[in-house]
Amino acid sequence: MPQTLAPVIAQIGSIILGKEHQIRLTLACLLAKGHLLIEDLPGVGKTTLSHALAKTLGLDFQRIQFTSDLLPADILGVAVFDRDSSTFKFHPGPIFAQVILADEVNRATPKAQSALLEAMEEHQVTTEGETRPLPDPFFVIATQNPSHQVGTFPLPESQLDRFLMRIHLGYPNASAERALLEGRERRDMIGDLIPALEPQELIALQKQVRSIHTAPALLDYVQALLAYTRRASDFVTGLSPRAGLYLVNAARAWAFMDGRREVIPEDLQAVLPSVVGHRLQPVNGFASLSGMDFTQRLLEEVAIP
Amino acid sequence: MPATDTLDPRRLAALIASVALVMAPHAARVPLWTTLFCALMLAARFLIGWRRRPLPSKTVLILLAAAAIAGVALSYRTLFGRDSGVVLLLALASLKLLEMRRIRDVNVVIILCYFLTITNFFYTQTIPTALYSIGVVWMITATLVSLQHATPVGRLRSIATTSGVLLLQAIPVMLLLFLLFPRVQGPLWGLPQIQHSARTGLSDSMSPGTITQLSLSDEIAFRVQFESTPSNVQQLYWRGPVMWDFDGRTWRTSQPVRLSVWRYESLAPPINYTVTLEPHDDRWLFLIDLPASLPPDSFLTRDYQVLSARPIRERRRYDAQSVISYRVGEETLRGELQQALVLPDGVAMRARALARQWQAESADAQEVIQRALHHFGTQAFVYTLEPPPLENDPVDQFLFETRAGFCEHYASSFAVLMRAAGIPTRIVTGYLGGEINPVDGFLIVRQSEAHAWTEVWIDNQGWVRVDPTAAVSPLRIQQGITSAVPETDPQPLIRRTRIEWIRQMRHAWDAVTNSWNQWVLGYTPEQQSRFLNSFGLPRIGWEEMVVSLIAGTGLVLLGFGLTMLMRARRRQLDPVQRSWTRFVDLMARRGLVRRPAEGPVDFTDRAIARFPELEQKLRTIAALYIRLRYGERSEARDLENLNLEIKKLA
Repeated sequence: MPQTLAPVIAQIGSIILGKEHQIRLTLACLLAKGHLLIEDLPGVGKTTLSHALAKTLGLDFQRIQFTSDLLPADILGVAVFDRDSSTFKFHPGPIFAQVILADEVNRATPKAQSALLEAMEEHQVTTEGETRPLPDPFFVIATQNPSHQVGTFPLPESQLDRFLMRIHLGYPNASAERALLEGRERRDMIGDLIPALEPQELIALQKQVRSIHTAPALLDYVQALLAYTRRASDFVTGLSPRAGLYLVNAARAWAFMDGRREVIPEDLQAVLPSVVGHRLQPVNGFASLSGMDFTQRLLEEVAIP
Repeated sequence: MPATDTLDPRRLAALIASVALVMAPHAARVPLWTTLFCALMLAARFLIGWRRRPLPSKTVLILLAAAAIAGVALSYRTLFGRDSGVVLLLALASLKLLEMRRIRDVNVVIILCYFLTITNFFYTQTIPTALYSIGVVWMITATLVSLQHATPVGRLRSIATTSGVLLLQAIPVMLLLFLLFPRVQGPLWGLPQIQHSARTGLSDSMSPGTITQLSLSDEIAFRVQFESTPSNVQQLYWRGPVMWDFDGRTWRTSQPVRLSVWRYESLAPPINYTVTLEPHDDRWLFLIDLPASLPPDSFLTRDYQVLSARPIRERRRYDAQSVISYRVGEETLRGELQQALVLPDGVAMRARALARQWQAESADAQEVIQRALHHFGTQAFVYTLEPPPLENDPVDQFLFETRAGFCEHYASSFAVLMRAAGIPTRIVTGYLGGEINPVDGFLIVRQSEAHAWTEVWIDNQGWVRVDPTAAVSPLRIQQGITSAVPETDPQPLIRRTRIEWIRQMRHAWDAVTNSWNQWVLGYTPEQQSRFLNSFGLPRIGWEEMVVSLIAGTGLVLLGFGLTMLMRARRRQLDPVQRSWTRFVDLMARRGLVRRPAEGPVDFTDRAIARFPELEQKLRTIAALYIRLRYGERSEARDLENLNLEIKKLA
């Protein structure tokens, strides 16, 4: 692992206990310039994770609580008439921050959801005919309650596709939970964190990730994986070319975090469940195969060329 | 012990459908309870799988199996033999479905399916059966494919294709087995044929109505292939049962006496032909009158019937030679001529009177015969398939009252007239005519071509054939049965039809069935050795056949194996991968097998955990391989080093 990244993981790991793999995935997602969707029950540490990440990387952090009456202007900002200058003055919304936690994104109406997702995709906000760039780095962590809860608007597939990864945090194991119960208030601990990385350093790291080598043999493997999902009949559609691209980017970040200059099959395998899990829709009536089960099968069945 | 299902509903449905298809043809043959039992078990199994309920316990299964066995014992009074064995197999196979707990059980069910497919051939070996079985085997194989590739649920079409390819690959082996497997003479499968009752055909007796009945049947009696087809196939008399004894109504054959040497004077060149006789459960072999050389395993009787040594229970093919124009009867005994004059007391008195009158007015036997034929030709006799019923004295009633009859009426009354006039006469039954199939040139003789005629003894000429039907209805002799009887008479639809395409279809189908019979079902030891001889192979025994069978199959499999190997090789010509494969093989020999989806780091990690002493070498190898295969650039030395390290490991 590059020298600069080890303390980052260690520091976040001291706040979120026993979830090193998820922390690494989050970081890989950030390094690959993607956005992250965390799908889990309330209270397992989604907010804490995002907050700790922002603080450790020295990025400014905004949390947007999504509710059913949230309007796009509440996210993007609003132009208010300024009597002194007799002009409209733009008051930027919470989206103008480097790390956004979009909490319970599936509680809001599709209109509010798409405002966020378009900003994520285009990396800029257009209001009142004026386009304003979003800060860099820009990282959205959206959380989502399991979609079978009451009063939710599940994200459609096209929106899910904009998230590079979807992860689950899950309950901590017994010892981690004991440490959590015994330890200090997490909010206070986050307040005490010192940034381990400068924003400029992070941008440099993101650039380096782009240059990680992917050999033809590795791309063969990627294509074999994609072809397999398209051939199987359990799913509505196979993986899109964009999914393939995202998969390679995520694997690059993973390889980079592992201190390598080239991607090897293990990198792909490590990020694959998080990258493709939310992009595969089981055919109706055979819900027994969820996306996650299928990724395990992908990993076991597709031989490395 | 409840167990969760090993199969998802879709695969289960496919498997149950295969089993149902395999069992379906048996439904018509087994007792009703078997069909219900199997259907119930399949339905129950499907519901259990669908609802994800536990499978029934061992006790329930044992009780069900006991019930099935008891059912078989009650229905057949035995558990052995073909029918009870098949029923038992069906019942237990459907029970096995309820015992399907692990993938191993599923495989057992599939193998049972293949076997059950074969049992279908115990009963019928026709082309539709064969086609159906191929379809079923395809389906079973597809199910097997979908089970074995348990994880990737490929599309239906790709599974069907794989299954089809597997079947196609089996064709060379199938052909080899068919051609070279040592044949035994006898029924297919060596099983005793059980249903030899109620087959249509000529019999050893003839009374008014026998042949009329027969002529309504469209069934094929035999097929003939001529060395060179004679021009007058419609007028060939196929000799069958010869009848001497008359009781006033019914003619019967007498005890057959073997004639080892017979002499005849041939008036025309003989004709050679091959007959494929359908089974008729009696011993007659039908040959053109007069047989000149006999098929093997048969003999000639004193009245020139050809009898087989055993009843014809399977389709039989034989070569024969006949002369169609002849003079015969030199060896006839006085006693036989006496027998050919006997008439029962008190019947046909008017006919006898008429015959005696003719006898008195005629100079010789020839003239009596001419008078009788003239009588039939001029006295408003009708040739019909629907003659009015005859009661007490059939001969007189027919001759003087109804005057409408079929060939047996004419032959019978003519014979009575002749015997009354002192001319020895006997009845010959057989077939007359037939139809050449334009598709393959075979002559098809059906039961509807059954015919009866007479033979009279004339001094200095011997036995002479006289066909009284010809006097009444010359058309029957010249053009066949269809045009000879009134259009309103009931005849099998297919024979009466004038629609051209139906006729052509029938001919085509018959030609296909015939070649199936000739080449597939009729592939006897003689056919086999003839076929092998045609390749210049000498007559070989069964030992050589088995050896060449094994060698041939081995060669075919070797061919497939090499092709596959070549393909696999071509896929990995990359030298780096070859080295890596060598390394993986090396580790496999040490007991550590790489999973197909295991990357180099994972694999070496596992190897290091297993062989900690090799850690240094293993890490070097993994690093070199990763650099060579996945790295941005590598040096030429890397590959050498990799090979060197691997060699050191070996």
